[in-house]
Amino acid sequence: MRSRASIWNYHLMLLPGILLLIAFSVVPMFGIVIAFQDFQPTLGIFHSDWVGWENFEYMFSLPDSRLILGNTLSIALMKIIAGLTVPFVFALLFHEVANIKFKRTIQTIVYLPHFMSWVILSGVLINLLSLDGIINQMIQWFGGDPIMFLQSNHWFRFVIVSSDVWKEFGFNTIIYIAALTSINTNLYEAAAIDGANRFQRLTNITIPGLMTTVILLATLSLGNVLNAGFEQILNLYNPIVYESGDIIDTYVYRSGLLEIQYGLATAVGLLKSVVSFVLIAASYGLAARFANYRIF
Amino acid sequence: MIRGTNRTVDIVIYCILTVIAFLSLAPVLNTLAISFSGKVAAMSGQVFFWPVDFNLEAYKSVISDRSFFTSFGVSVKRVLLGGAINLLVTVLMAYPLSKSNKHFPGRNVYMWFVIFCMLFNGGLIPWYMTINTYGLLDSIWALVLPTAVPVFNVILLMNFFKGVPKELEEAAGMDGAGAWRTLVTIYLPISLPSLATVTLFSVVGHWNAFFDGMILMNHKENWPLQTYIQQLIISVNSIMNTTDPEEIKRLSNMSSQLLNAAKVMVSMIPIMLIYPFLQRYFVSGIVLGAVKE
Repeated sequence: MRSRASIWNYHLMLLPGILLLIAFSVVPMFGIVIAFQDFQPTLGIFHSDWVGWENFEYMFSLPDSRLILGNTLSIALMKIIAGLTVPFVFALLFHEVANIKFKRTIQTIVYLPHFMSWVILSGVLINLLSLDGIINQMIQWFGGDPIMFLQSNHWFRFVIVSSDVWKEFGFNTIIYIAALTSINTNLYEAAAIDGANRFQRLTNITIPGLMTTVILLATLSLGNVLNAGFEQILNLYNPIVYESGDIIDTYVYRSGLLEIQYGLATAVGLLKSVVSFVLIAASYGLAARFANYRIF
Repeated sequence: MIRGTNRTVDIVIYCILTVIAFLSLAPVLNTLAISFSGKVAAMSGQVFFWPVDFNLEAYKSVISDRSFFTSFGVSVKRVLLGGAINLLVTVLMAYPLSKSNKHFPGRNVYMWFVIFCMLFNGGLIPWYMTINTYGLLDSIWALVLPTAVPVFNVILLMNFFKGVPKELEEAAGMDGAGAWRTLVTIYLPISLPSLATVTLFSVVGHWNAFFDGMILMNHKENWPLQTYIQQLIISVNSIMNTTDPEEIKRLSNMSSQLLNAAKVMVSMIPIMLIYPFLQRYFVSGIVLGAVKE
C-alpha cells in the first residue's frame, strides 16, 4: 500500500517540471508550422496562408545559404578538433605533476573562464584585439603591422576558434582528469619495476587509458557539428566579417527577429533542429553501443 | 642520471602549466588594469597588467550610472528567483527519475520525454512567439520560466541519486517515511556537493544570460546586466561596417573608450564571489554524476 502511495508522490513531484517543459518546449514545437506558411503576424498561425515547401526552396536559392552552411561547419569542426586535443595534452601534462597544492591552484585558474559570459569575454577580447590593444602592441614590438583581427575575414574564424579554446579547455579537462584518476596505479608501479621510463609509461599506460574517453567524447561531439557558437559569434562579429563568420544561428536571428522574415527563419531553424536531432541521436546510439555509455 | 632527467622534465612541465594558467587569466587581468588606468594611457595601448596613471574615474562613472544599477538589480532578482526555481524543479525531477522503472512504472516514459525536450526544439522564432503569446514579454518571468527545467542538471543529480545506497531508503521506509520525507531527510543531506554543483551551474547560467533579455525585454529598465553590457559592446562593434582603415582606427579607438572596462569588471564580481566557495564542490559533483555503471 505504501509503495502505491509513493508512486503517486513520484508523479506529483514530476508534475511541475513536466508542465513547464510542455509550456516552454513542447508548445513552441507546434510553431514549426510557420516554416510552411507565408506567416503574417497580424493573421497569426491559424489564418496565415500555407505555402508548402516554398520557404525551404527560397532558403536554398539564396546565394548566402552555402556560405553560411560552410562557415557553420568549418567553425564547428575546428572547435571540435581543438576542443578534444588541447584539453587532452593539458591533462597529460597535468597528470605528471605530483604536488597537490600546485594542481589545485592550476585547476582553479583554468576553470574560471568557463564561468564568464561571452558578453564579458567579448568586451575583454575587443579590448585585447583592438589596434591599440595588447596583442597589436606586441606585434609591433616584433616589427609587424597591426592587424584588425575582428574586421578581417582572414583572421575572424581563427579568433573565434582560439578564443573558444581559451575559454573552455580548462573545463573540458575535467572529464580527462576524472578518467586519469581511474587508471590503476599498480600499472605504473609494475612498469617502473620493469624499468619503463617516464615517456614509456606515458605512451603505454596513460594514453591507452584515456583512449576510451577520447573516442567517447569524439562520438558525442558529432551532435555539435551545426553548433558553431551563437552567443560568441553574435557578440564578436560585424557586417565586414559576415563572409567568414556568419553562421546558421546568427542568420536565423537576423532574418527572423531583425528583418521579420518569420517563415524563412523558422524554416532554417527547423532544418537545423532536425539535422542536429538526428546527429545527436546517432551519436548517443554509437556511444551506447561501443563505449557502453548511457547518460540516463 | 634518470633522476636528473626527471627533475628537468618536472621543471619544464611546471613552467608550461604556470604559463598556461597565466594566459588563462591574462586577458582579464589586462582589462582589470585598463579599468584602473588613466584614459590616455588606456587608449594608447600602454597598459599591460598593471594600471598606468592609477585612478578610479571609470569606477566613479559606473557608480553614478543609474541604468547600470537598474540592470544589476534585474540580474540579482533573476538569479535569486531563477536559481531557486531551478533547484526546486531539479530536485523534484531527479529523485523520481532516479528510481528504476520497476519501482516506478512510467519512469522511462518521463525520461524519454525529458530527453526529447532537451534534444529537439522548435527553433528561435516559434519560441519567441510562444512567450509573446503567453504575454510574458517585459516580465521577469520571461527570464526564469522558459529556463526553469535545466535538463542537464536533472540528469547530473539523478545519476548521483542513483548511487545512494538502497539500504538507506529501505531503512527510512521501515521507519514509515514517505517519498517526500525520504527525499528531504535522506537524499538531500548527503547530496550537498551535487546540489552545490547544479546550483553553481544554474546561478552562473542565469547571471551570464543576455540573449533572452535582449529579445524578450523591450524596455531598457528590464534588461539584465549582461544584456545592458552587450548593448554597449555590440552597438559600438557593429557600426564598424566600413573598410576605410582610418575610419576603423577612429571607431576602434572610440570603442575602447566607450567600452567601459570598469563595467565589465563590476559585472564579474558576483561570479568571482561565489566561485571559490563552489568550485571545490563542482569537480567532485560532476565526476560523481557523470561516472556510473
